[in-house]
Amino acid sequence: MLKKKQKKVLIRIIVASVMTALLIINDHLKFVEVDRNLLFVLYLIPYLIIGYDILIKAAKGIKNLQPFDENFLMAIATIGAMILGFTYTGDYEEAVAVMIFYQIGELFQSIAVEKSRTSISKLMEIRPDCAYIEENGELVEVDPDDVAVGTEIVVRPGDRIPIDGVVTNGTSSLNTATLTGESIPRDVTVGDEVLSGCINMTGVLKIRTTMEFGESTVSKILDLVENASSRKSNSEAFITKFAKVYTPFVCICALLLAVVPTVIILTTGSGSSYQEWIYRALTFLVISCPCALVISIPLGFFAGLGGASRKGVLIKGSNYLEALSEVETVVFDKTGTLTHGVFEVTDVISDKYAPERIIELAALAESSSPHPIAGSLIRAHNADIDRNRVTNIEDIAGKGVIAVIDGMKVAVGNSRLMEHIGVSHQQTDAYGTISHVAIDGEYAGYIVISDVVKEGSSEGLKDLKKAGIKRTVMLTGDTEAVAKNVADNIGIDEYHSQLLPQDKLTILEKIMEDSKSTAFVGDGINDAPSLVRADIGITMGSIGSDAAIEASDVVIMDDDIRSVATAIGISRRCMRIIRENIIITLIVKFSFLGLAALGVVDMWLAIIADVGVMIVAVLNSSRALLYRQK
Amino acid sequence: MKKSYKVEVDCASCATKMEDAAKKVPGVKDASINFVLQKMSIEFEDGVDPKAKMPEVLKACKKVESDCEIIF
Repeated sequence: MLKKKQKKVLIRIIVASVMTALLIINDHLKFVEVDRNLLFVLYLIPYLIIGYDILIKAAKGIKNLQPFDENFLMAIATIGAMILGFTYTGDYEEAVAVMIFYQIGELFQSIAVEKSRTSISKLMEIRPDCAYIEENGELVEVDPDDVAVGTEIVVRPGDRIPIDGVVTNGTSSLNTATLTGESIPRDVTVGDEVLSGCINMTGVLKIRTTMEFGESTVSKILDLVENASSRKSNSEAFITKFAKVYTPFVCICALLLAVVPTVIILTTGSGSSYQEWIYRALTFLVISCPCALVISIPLGFFAGLGGASRKGVLIKGSNYLEALSEVETVVFDKTGTLTHGVFEVTDVISDKYAPERIIELAALAESSSPHPIAGSLIRAHNADIDRNRVTNIEDIAGKGVIAVIDGMKVAVGNSRLMEHIGVSHQQTDAYGTISHVAIDGEYAGYIVISDVVKEGSSEGLKDLKKAGIKRTVMLTGDTEAVAKNVADNIGIDEYHSQLLPQDKLTILEKIMEDSKSTAFVGDGINDAPSLVRADIGITMGSIGSDAAIEASDVVIMDDDIRSVATAIGISRRCMRIIRENIIITLIVKFSFLGLAALGVVDMWLAIIADVGVMIVAVLNSSRALLYRQK
Repeated sequence: MKKSYKVEVDCASCATKMEDAAKKVPGVKDASINFVLQKMSIEFEDGVDPKAKMPEVLKACKKVESDCEIIF
């Protein structure tokens, strides 16, 4: 469990504690009479055992002209206490105790960091170590870095796909959970594209690689996660700056606390003891150590980023986590984000015929048309099309198609086609593209083809409202009717329709003026400028698209609008934890600094408060790793 | 050019000190340490060979934090 270094510290803590305890007991019960000088030497042994490295580091700091760090504080405080003990009080246990507690705190901190590191590196275990190539009928293990594009690799069941590619042989189910958070296995067969990082579950697959390892999805994702916390947030920058000013400041305060009363006492010759003031100054130094802040804040951010990536939300840096927590307005691009961006048959209305029959006839009639609607109809029909049944196809531009199917004259097209052939058709205000169908000059019904709203879109928007997002906006290039329908359907606050790509940016900028912080959610296709311009750019449904990952600050891997609210929830919780830590630490520190100056707090209490608040802050930070959806 | 290296460092403020030290090495444009992940990323100036530069960076870091380690 413990690393070698940690074990060594633990042994030092135990040895020093036992020795000090024995000395303290002897002090009180007087088993052995110890001479004053000998007592100093006896306490010096555990003091050096526990504190030698801190003394060395402090000395090095002074040598490098960067003396103000916690080693320096601890060294000065304990050396001072030892000298004070030798010359005045005869008590040494406090100095040793301060060092022991300080080391316990450091040990705890290193274990806590280690722990959160391993819990996150489990997420990162998606890096495949090797690839297999078939050579003369045998599998040979190779470094995935050495696999050239176009090589055929073999992936056995249970293995992770190391490199993006296309299946050339075999069928299997893939576990894509690490990439998408999606738990439903994905079936793949020859010709399918597969992404690295997925686990092959059932059958042996042969895959022809289409990328180099370094360019593959899994490498890209790992890169993103690993480099995430190198972008520092305002809070982290604040703490770094704070620590730089704070330590010299408390050192000067301590110096004044020791010197000023001493000078007054010595010059006025009044009866009180100057040693008492020196003791207070040393206590002041013990409590002043800023480690609780210095460690708990980066740890909190790290845990927040890790917690988010567990939920399939990759945040590119702690500065973005911070910005995400302040979002008030969320702007969505419609197509590809709120809707699938694929036109499908959503409704069939007919009084006389079964919907399947209407679709079959429409699909047959449109079977040789290049129009996108034909594709939707054929997909909806979902069966083989026998083109021999279709004759005399007549394509009427801008209106539709008339064809003879099984001897019936079928007309499929818009209302203008119906007027053209003189058939009275049903009026409808259904949203989407309407294809009317007439059979042998008689009206048969109509088919509605529209962009399909993504599952979870309306829940996602409700979640956002619950999370306190003030305003949600949808931008789309589609017509007013289409936009209104989708907006009503999913319950978005407002929408802007018939926008050209550049209009989207203008509107986004206008929205940004009214809001403290605005997030833009898009799929990365033709909305990259908006992603970059918004305070926070969120892409979704774009795993494998480099441009989108590049342009955005947050990547949602599972293509689910609900994750936007999750991401905001995680960021808010993380920021709250970090703020709690800053406040708790500063309150405890400053009140103890005051109490130490007044002489109310002794060194024992000072070190316990110092280490205690650090432990509380670290434990609090690790909460950021856990996030449960409300 | 940006490269990242594994580091061994025990405390967060030591990591900050190492960052500062590494930044001051000529040829290094920017340096940052992810203390929790124990990773250091260094941005080198154009034309600087990272392999040749790293011993110098390590030396600078060792000066401020003697028991740190950079693996390169």
